[in-house]
Amino acid sequence: MIEVKNLYKSFGDKEVLKGINTVFEDGKTNLIIGQSGSGKTVLMKNLVGLFEPTSGQVLYDGRDFVQMSKKEKVMMRREMGMIFQSAALFDSLSVLENVMFPLDMFSSMNLREREKRAMYCLDRVNLSGAEKKYPGEISGGMQKRVAIARAIALNPKYLFCDEPNSGLDPKTSLVIDDLLHSITQEFHMTTIINTHDMNSVMGIGENIVFIYEGHKEWQGVSSEIMNSTNKRLTDFIFASDLLKEMRQAVTGNSKN
Amino acid sequence: MLIYRWLTIFGRYIMLMGRTFSMPERLRMFWKQYVKEMAQLGINSIGIVLLISFFIGAVICIQMKVNIESPWMPRWVAGYTTREIMLLEFSSSIMCLILAGKVGSNIASEIGTMRVTQQIDALEIMGVNSACYLILPKILGLLTIMPFLVIFSSAMGIVGAYGTAYIGHIMPPDDLTVGLQHDFVPWFMWMSIIKSQFFAFIISSVASFSGYTVEGGSVDVGKASTDAVVTSSVLILFSDVFLTQLLS
Repeated sequence: MIEVKNLYKSFGDKEVLKGINTVFEDGKTNLIIGQSGSGKTVLMKNLVGLFEPTSGQVLYDGRDFVQMSKKEKVMMRREMGMIFQSAALFDSLSVLENVMFPLDMFSSMNLREREKRAMYCLDRVNLSGAEKKYPGEISGGMQKRVAIARAIALNPKYLFCDEPNSGLDPKTSLVIDDLLHSITQEFHMTTIINTHDMNSVMGIGENIVFIYEGHKEWQGVSSEIMNSTNKRLTDFIFASDLLKEMRQAVTGNSKN
Repeated sequence: MLIYRWLTIFGRYIMLMGRTFSMPERLRMFWKQYVKEMAQLGINSIGIVLLISFFIGAVICIQMKVNIESPWMPRWVAGYTTREIMLLEFSSSIMCLILAGKVGSNIASEIGTMRVTQQIDALEIMGVNSACYLILPKILGLLTIMPFLVIFSSAMGIVGAYGTAYIGHIMPPDDLTVGLQHDFVPWFMWMSIIKSQFFAFIISSVASFSGYTVEGGSVDVGKASTDAVVTSSVLILFSDVFLTQLLS
């Protein structure tokens, strides 16, 4: 479980995060949603330590990540996996070498065991057969799946995904969503996904945090969104006419 | 303000070097990277070093012969000056200036691209000291391979000089041989190697710093690459003055 307590982050005079308080639960697919520029990515970067918060706490199962020493943070990061928006695969390494990288760095397995584990992870994301290819030779969706395989190679307790569906077609996005959801449940990880994708929100959102202009505006599950009276949330989720009509059809509510 | 800015950049450079010169997480991975960098930065530069050295050796020999020739000068002087110029300045300083262009831009653009495509962030999230993993093998790899490049460059310059004697018939090869062997000071070879080690460090560390601290996109990577070449070239020229004074 990850608890965020009173988290503030400023860049110069600009306050981007304004006292975020929330909890991301174990074994659940936690989503952070919000408009562009609302502070989602900054929040995620504060969670993983790529940014230092101005004030506040980030507690990983009770351990305050902000107060940890550099060495403790390095150890803590070995319990994390992250999937970047751009996949961030190492260009000079093959798909198999990318997945093996964290194992090569931190595991005490021998080469055969490392290869076996990497192949298992690739198989888990349905990429068996692509191990010899290089990132430049595979599609965006495949790159994201390789990034997922690399992120789970060391069996992390916490998985972070920064807009995993960006740049993907709707069908591939669903594949990625299903994969992340099933992996979360299988490995009982705390998964946090930063997304704009409404399919993800309605499909896999077990705990949704809506960020609006740097503060937490709303938190709940996907089924609660339909009947939510929070105008900022409904304006964001049901921005298109099609979605508005769908909501109206489901709830019979035409007010929002 | 300019001094404040330079001091800030220098401070960031020192801090990055502090992170770079730390114990690698996995020696096995470090060795793999080290060998790869030696090949990429050093072995892949041998061709250009040999080509340029050959022609510069030939041109220096021709210029010396044409411009210094006088009844008051011994006939071997062109060979002697060619050797001294190749050994004392070209094979260390000028060759390193050329390498600052080739290797420096390569390092800065590679690391810069890794920065803007979040590959460095990915390393950090995994708990890897990205500076040590990416930069240390480059610095040590170039330091290791540089003496060989200096020796190859000197040797090729002399081959170039012989080329003018045998093929261009600029001067009799025997005169050239006498000049090349005249009053040889072995320390000059060592001096050249020592200077090249300083220059290798400047090239690899400055270029790595430029790439590592890139913010933005592809335009900024290009700018960092240019900055790396300009800064390391200027630093090489400055330090050459001090090193030459110190070692002579």
